[in-house]
Amino acid sequence: MAFDFTQETVKAWRRENGRVGVRNHVVILPVDDISNAACEAVANNVKGTMAIPHAYGRLQFGEDLDLHFRTIIGTGANPNVAAVIVIGIEPEWTRIVVDGIAKTGKPVEGFWIEQNGDFETIRKASWKAKEFVHWATELQKEDCPLTDLWVSTKCGESDTTTGLSSCPTVGNMYDKLLPHGLYGVFGETSEITGAEHICEKRAANPEAAAKFRKTWQAYTDDVIEAHKTNDLSDSQPTKGNILGGLTTIEEKALGNLEKIGRTSTYIDVLEPAEAPAKGNGLYFMDTSSAAAECVTLMAAAGYVIHTFPTGQGNVVGNPIVPVIKISGNPRTLRTMSEHIDVDVTGVLRRDMTIDQAGDALIEMIKRTANGRFTAAEALGHREFSMTKLYRSA
Amino acid sequence: MTANTHPQLLVHDKADNVGVVVIEGLTAGTDMLCVCTEDNSDFRLTAKADIPIGHKVALKDLKEGDTVIKYGEDIGRMVGSAEIGGHVHTHNLKTKRW
Repeated sequence: MAFDFTQETVKAWRRENGRVGVRNHVVILPVDDISNAACEAVANNVKGTMAIPHAYGRLQFGEDLDLHFRTIIGTGANPNVAAVIVIGIEPEWTRIVVDGIAKTGKPVEGFWIEQNGDFETIRKASWKAKEFVHWATELQKEDCPLTDLWVSTKCGESDTTTGLSSCPTVGNMYDKLLPHGLYGVFGETSEITGAEHICEKRAANPEAAAKFRKTWQAYTDDVIEAHKTNDLSDSQPTKGNILGGLTTIEEKALGNLEKIGRTSTYIDVLEPAEAPAKGNGLYFMDTSSAAAECVTLMAAAGYVIHTFPTGQGNVVGNPIVPVIKISGNPRTLRTMSEHIDVDVTGVLRRDMTIDQAGDALIEMIKRTANGRFTAAEALGHREFSMTKLYRSA
Repeated sequence: MTANTHPQLLVHDKADNVGVVVIEGLTAGTDMLCVCTEDNSDFRLTAKADIPIGHKVALKDLKEGDTVIKYGEDIGRMVGSAEIGGHVHTHNLKTKRW
C-alpha cells in the first residue's frame, strides 16, 4: 500500500469558512449548566440533533471565563458541526456565544430562559432546530484533500506497549501527512514532565521553544507546586499505567513523545482550546492529560478527527469529533477489542513495521472521514469535559 | 513469520539496560528471544521470574543507585537490585525527580 498523500481525497463537508468537516451534527449547546435541561428537551423533540450538557458557565471570571467561552464557541464553530442552537439562562452571555459561532458563517440561533421559562424556550428552539435539521441533512459531501483535515492526538491508559507501537504509529502518520498540509496538535503538559528538555528541542523555531518552556514551567509552578500534597507519584504515572508496566514519569513521557514521530516539529504553542493561527503544521497545546478534558479542548480548537493510542484500554469519545483508538497491547485486544479501531499488535510480534502501522492508521483516518463510525461513536461515548482553571466567584 | 520467531522481549535502543515483555504469561526460566527495535538485532536472555506483559526486565545486573536507561534516556534510578533477567518496576526503580 503506497500513498501519494497529495492525491488522496475524502468525501466530507466543505463549510462556509472553507474548513472541512467529517461529521454533520446539529448541536443544541448550553451556555451554562442550568440550561442543560432545556437543551436536552429540544434534542428529545427534534431527532438528528444532539445536546452537549456540561457542568459550568455561571459566576466564572477572568482567564477561566475566557476559557469557558473559547471552549463553548469553539465547539459550536468546529467544522463537524453544521448548525447550532445556543441556549443560556440570560441573553448577554448567550449572545457572546452566538456571535462567536456566527463568525464561521454557519447557521446559529440563540435562546434564553429568563422571561421565557423552559417551556417557551424549548418551543421556540425546537422549531428552529427542526429547520436546521432539514437544512443540514440536505448538505452534500464533496471530494476534499485528505491533508485538508485537522487531526489531533492524545494517548491514554498508556503502558510500555504504547511507546513501542501505538504512539509511534501516530508519529509515523504525522511525519507522512504534516509536510503536505495537515494540521496536527499534541499536548498533555503534565505528561511531558520527564521529557520536557527533549520536547523543547522539537520546536521548529526558538520562539516556539521558549513558549513551550514558559508554558511547562508555569504549569509546574502554578499547578503542581501549588497543589501537590506529596508528589505526582499517585496520579502520574496513573495506577493503570503502573499495572501496564510503566514505572516512572520519565518513562511515560518518553513514550508519549513518540506521537510526534521522528521528523515533525511544532511551530507554535497554543492556550487550551485556542485555534491554531500560524498555518498548517504541528502545534503543542497546554492541556491536562485527562483524556476527556484534553480531547474536548482540541475539538474546541477546530480539530475534526482525534487519534488516540491506548495500551491498557481507554474508552473515551467526544460528542462532535470521532476518536480513533489504536492499540498494540495483545491483552487489550483480547479483552476489550470493541473499543479499538486500529490493531497494531503486529508491531510487538515484529510482523508489522511502524511504517505499515502508520499506513493502516492513515487508511482508518480516511475511512472515518468518509463516514465510518469509530468504536467510541458506535458505543455512544460522548464525553465532554470542560477545563476549569479555578473556583467560580 | 511463524510463532516461534515472535520475540518475548523488545528493547528500544542499544544503550538501554532494560527491555519490555511483549507476550502474556511469561514464566520464569523462559529462554526469551529479545529484539532491539532500533536496528532489529536480536539476542537471547533467560527470564528469572514470572513477569507480566508490559513490564520491564533487566538486561544486566542492576544494583541500588544505578541509572536505568530506556529509549536511550535516563528514566530513573534503582532503589533496590535486579539480577539479569529479573523484574524491574516500582519495587526497585524510582524517578530521580522526587
